[in-house]
Amino acid sequence: MKAPLSWIKEYVDLPADLGIEEITDRLTALGLKLEAIETSGAGIEGPLVVGQVLTAEKEPQKNGKVINWCSVDVGDANGTGEPQGIVCGAHNFVPGDKVVVILPGGVLPGNFQISARKTYGHMSAGMICSARELGLGEEADGIIVLPADAPAPGTDAREVLGLGEEIIEFEINPDRAYALSMRGIARDAALGFDVPFHDPAQRDTPVANDTGYPVQIEDTDGCDYFVARTVTGFDPTAPTPDFIKKRLEAVGVRSISLAVDVTNYVMFELGQPIHAYDRAKLQGPIVVRRANAGEKLETLDGTVRALDPEDLVVCDDSGPIGMGGVMGGASTEVSESTTDVLVEVAHWEPRSMFRTGRRHKLTSEAGKRNERGTDRLLPPVSAQRVVELLVEYGGGVVEEGVTEVGPTASPQTRAPLTEITIATDLPARIIGIDVSVETVVKSLELVGCQVSVSGDSLTAKVPTYRTDLVDPYDLVEEVARIVGYDKVPSVLPRRATGRGLTRAQQLRRRIGRTLAGAGLVEVVDFPFVGEADFDRLGLPADDVLRHTVKLANPLSSEEPGYTTTLLPGLLKVAARNVSRGQDGVALFETATVAFPVDQAAPIYGVDRRPSEEELEKLLAAIPRQPLHLAVVLAGERTRGGWWGSAETASWADAIDVVRRLGTELGVPVEVASASRAPWHPGRCAVVSVDGVEFGHAGELHPNVCKAFGLPARSAAVEIDLDFLISKVPATAAGPVFSTMPVAKEDVALTVSTDVTVAAVEAALREGAGPLLETVRLFDVYEGDQVGEGKKSLAFALRFRAPDRTLKAEETAAARDAAVARAAELTGAVQR
Amino acid sequence: MSGPNTDYDPVEVTPLKAEEVEAARDAALKAIDAANSLEELKQTRLDHAGDRSPLALANREIGALPPAARKEAGQRVGKARGAVNQALAARQKVLEAEHEARMLVEETVDVTLPTDRVPAGGRHPLTTGAEYIADIFVAMGWEVAEGPLIEAEWLNFDALNLGPDHPARTMQDTFWTEPAENHVVLRTHTSPVQARTMLTREAPIYVVCPGRVFRTDEYDATHSPMFHQVEGLAIDEGISMANLKGTLDHFATQMFGEGIVTRFRPSYFPFTEPSAEVDLTCFVCRGAQVIDGVTCRTCKGEGWIEWGGCGIVNPRVLVACGVDPEKYSGFAFGMGIDRTLMFRTGLSDLRTLFEGDVRLTTAFGSEL
Ligand SMILES: [Zn+2]
Repeated sequence: MKAPLSWIKEYVDLPADLGIEEITDRLTALGLKLEAIETSGAGIEGPLVVGQVLTAEKEPQKNGKVINWCSVDVGDANGTGEPQGIVCGAHNFVPGDKVVVILPGGVLPGNFQISARKTYGHMSAGMICSARELGLGEEADGIIVLPADAPAPGTDAREVLGLGEEIIEFEINPDRAYALSMRGIARDAALGFDVPFHDPAQRDTPVANDTGYPVQIEDTDGCDYFVARTVTGFDPTAPTPDFIKKRLEAVGVRSISLAVDVTNYVMFELGQPIHAYDRAKLQGPIVVRRANAGEKLETLDGTVRALDPEDLVVCDDSGPIGMGGVMGGASTEVSESTTDVLVEVAHWEPRSMFRTGRRHKLTSEAGKRNERGTDRLLPPVSAQRVVELLVEYGGGVVEEGVTEVGPTASPQTRAPLTEITIATDLPARIIGIDVSVETVVKSLELVGCQVSVSGDSLTAKVPTYRTDLVDPYDLVEEVARIVGYDKVPSVLPRRATGRGLTRAQQLRRRIGRTLAGAGLVEVVDFPFVGEADFDRLGLPADDVLRHTVKLANPLSSEEPGYTTTLLPGLLKVAARNVSRGQDGVALFETATVAFPVDQAAPIYGVDRRPSEEELEKLLAAIPRQPLHLAVVLAGERTRGGWWGSAETASWADAIDVVRRLGTELGVPVEVASASRAPWHPGRCAVVSVDGVEFGHAGELHPNVCKAFGLPARSAAVEIDLDFLISKVPATAAGPVFSTMPVAKEDVALTVSTDVTVAAVEAALREGAGPLLETVRLFDVYEGDQVGEGKKSLAFALRFRAPDRTLKAEETAAARDAAVARAAELTGAVQR
Repeated sequence: MSGPNTDYDPVEVTPLKAEEVEAARDAALKAIDAANSLEELKQTRLDHAGDRSPLALANREIGALPPAARKEAGQRVGKARGAVNQALAARQKVLEAEHEARMLVEETVDVTLPTDRVPAGGRHPLTTGAEYIADIFVAMGWEVAEGPLIEAEWLNFDALNLGPDHPARTMQDTFWTEPAENHVVLRTHTSPVQARTMLTREAPIYVVCPGRVFRTDEYDATHSPMFHQVEGLAIDEGISMANLKGTLDHFATQMFGEGIVTRFRPSYFPFTEPSAEVDLTCFVCRGAQVIDGVTCRTCKGEGWIEWGGCGIVNPRVLVACGVDPEKYSGFAFGMGIDRTLMFRTGLSDLRTLFEGDVRLTTAFGSEL
């Protein structure tokens, strides 16, 4: 919202010595936030004066150009009173015209210094200015020619040009609809500096009668007040007066014609949208109603719109002629031949306005005000102001007929003022500062409320222009902003007694640190996914992961889903790092994924808490969103260097990430072979705890590496972290260990290649009995010495007794029992 | 070689002459002295103190002497051997010390060689940043609350006093899931966590909710369809704007250092009433507006930068979430973690946080 300071000042007696920054600071503190201050003609310095061209000799130049060698009367501004010789390249003037001259010593915007200089064979002492040179517009069809009645030569041209006008741009919060007008801004300025306010809406209006244009409101919920006034004999060619033009330009509205400009001018002045019709184009009475299905309307912007039965429309016998309160129709638009103007000012129901605007993607200055709520008593005043201005600048006469219809039109049927009752100490309690009852009352009166105090409570009758004041706390905010937010002291609350981070929160941090400690780098990525991603993962057509929560309005139609797996995103990030020159990438991401539930979430009222049952129903409709961990290891896992060559990441590193987490968290993780996309079918492990699978780890399928542009043999992990965390024991049991000497035994067992190490190890453990402390595979051999289809596994067994040094024969017996059990269960043969 | 001779002929026994013993001893001592390495000393030990050394042989012959001569000869040979052994031990010690010193010199390495066999990992600054913020509040006795990113429309909007016609509910701002009649959205703020907290816990409530949120913003240097917020909610008897100010001042100081506080300006949020914008003392010029006579670029000379929004929880929200507005009042605040992080670290492009370049994360290590 832009507002020229001079316009605001028309309605408020601000002290003359008040600087614009003091004004904007105060208004910002009151909630009208300063966005920017613009000053027209900024950057112009020195003598800028009115000049009158005495002579202009056309002199053709060698380059084909024709210049004017002018003699210009600049009064006494040049110190001599003699005419000034100036070369000018423009031709849109004749001797006798008044122009704008900048004299030597002056500066134009862009720090363009003006001095007397020799050009085209003359000493040119200054410059005749165009609007563009003055920074006043982009048009440059020559120099500015002032009206004949402009002040005498030598007069400072700034005032003539309206330079130095300070325009304040405010960021108006959606609740402060009243501030979308000079009236509202001036009122806040007045209360801010405690100076008198002159309400431009205080205007005598004629009494309504039944000789005005016939109007009928069929939908009084949508429109409760409709005023129509008519001006006849209006001169459609009358120009818009300069001050209206300049002010509209300042607030950012293009001047169109006197009739339209006046309606816009009054809208900015009072905050009330107004529409003007060419009465000659109206057919029969005006009717306000909701649109009928199938009706169409061409709006002023030239768009033909299919109307919705919820849209409020203004109609005549021809059907809809305007979208009430949002945008007028083309068929009844005022034009250069309009002599009878019908002025419509109505009060519209905000929600309807908002819905229609949203439905038709229409934003207009009128709609912006109507959808936030206007002063419901303003229509007759605004209409009166408009017809007065029309007649003053466009001639004609105001018709006697004054149409005022709708429930608000009559004081008898009008809704009473909103009343809000609060405890007198509520503002003090909520702001947290001593505010006397007197201050509360005065603050509310300053914003226009009628306040009555009764005992410990007060009742405020809210003025019609403050549609935002509804609840007790709305009054608290008014008091707070007038007392000043800067007066709010800084006091910590007394008694927060939280129990710290939850176990899961602590564990998630620990998991992050563990992974970082293992050389993995955390990344954050978007959760959006598309079919192409799943294809690249090689997921089967019916894979559960392809069933995503779909977005109605995705950023990209390629990624319409909320992901079920972190891998596509993470693989892309890994590839990006590789393409940026990383030889090895070890990444992890923890984020929730989503699995759809086909259930609708209810929308409840907000006048009470939903019941437990309702709440349960609501929560059940929200997609399941487990926290996942994904890891990608691509390229070098360790660097090469003077110590040796680099090691490439492999399936084993991926599985070790999960095992390491299990160890860190005290959760025994079981690893078994599996086959699942996007992993290599022979190098994929499923990980589980207590027999419940919670993810996979291993080498990626070669096609997946190719599809994502990753190095061959890249490895990945994806697990359900919520599940893993749920398996972490509340307390770790302290270990019991013996300090007796250890006895070591190595065994080499030959098994068939399809027997897993885990199976052999489990059998050895089982057979060895309680004396076995650890068993660890230290070598695997496949080759001629063990024969086709066989492999040799070398295990180091460590035995220890809790209470004594083991005898050789005890150790040997345990070892033999271990081997025997392995033979029994896995067919192992000791070598 | 033989054992002690018992079957001897006294006449034929070679007397162990004192000169011979002394000569053998002196030869040994001389050789020991001359040994210049542990290897040489080893040889010298074999030569002069070994089984075949003159003194060892002499010792063996003592047994063959007549009993009367044994004592004297024994003393003589024993003394000589003792001197030799002592000299050997002393020399051994000296040579070992020399050897050790030489070895340490020889084993010198270039300690500036690279040692980074395993590249360093790290945690994302958004993670550690959120933890840093959470810890500030946990230290004040607050708890950290969480909720799902895909959320019920009612919790994301209605319960927070964003009615069905609130502009924020348009497709312009919110990611909606299909079908629309399921009323499920990607949460547009972390406020539904506040609603959930009020719905499931008894007052007093002091929670901070850091988390990921979504808006349909175009992706550029300062906007992202996904970003991070931290919101706080305090519900208790007698909670006021002064408590809100106190809490945010403390947060600002903990986050950005002494002297950094907040300023309130009136604003509008459906969730709160009264509402305020929170400005933060410019952490670059520290409120001075100029640095070395030049207008501060970070705050454009204002001395303050916008940080977030806050206010007193609208009683309509309390009612919808089952908190008695007659008994309790509350405050709430929210700010962008990404933006706060960019302030703290000087990052200028938001996208850096989301493109996953390892150089970003590793620059921050594993704590902020
Ligand atoms: Zn600054």
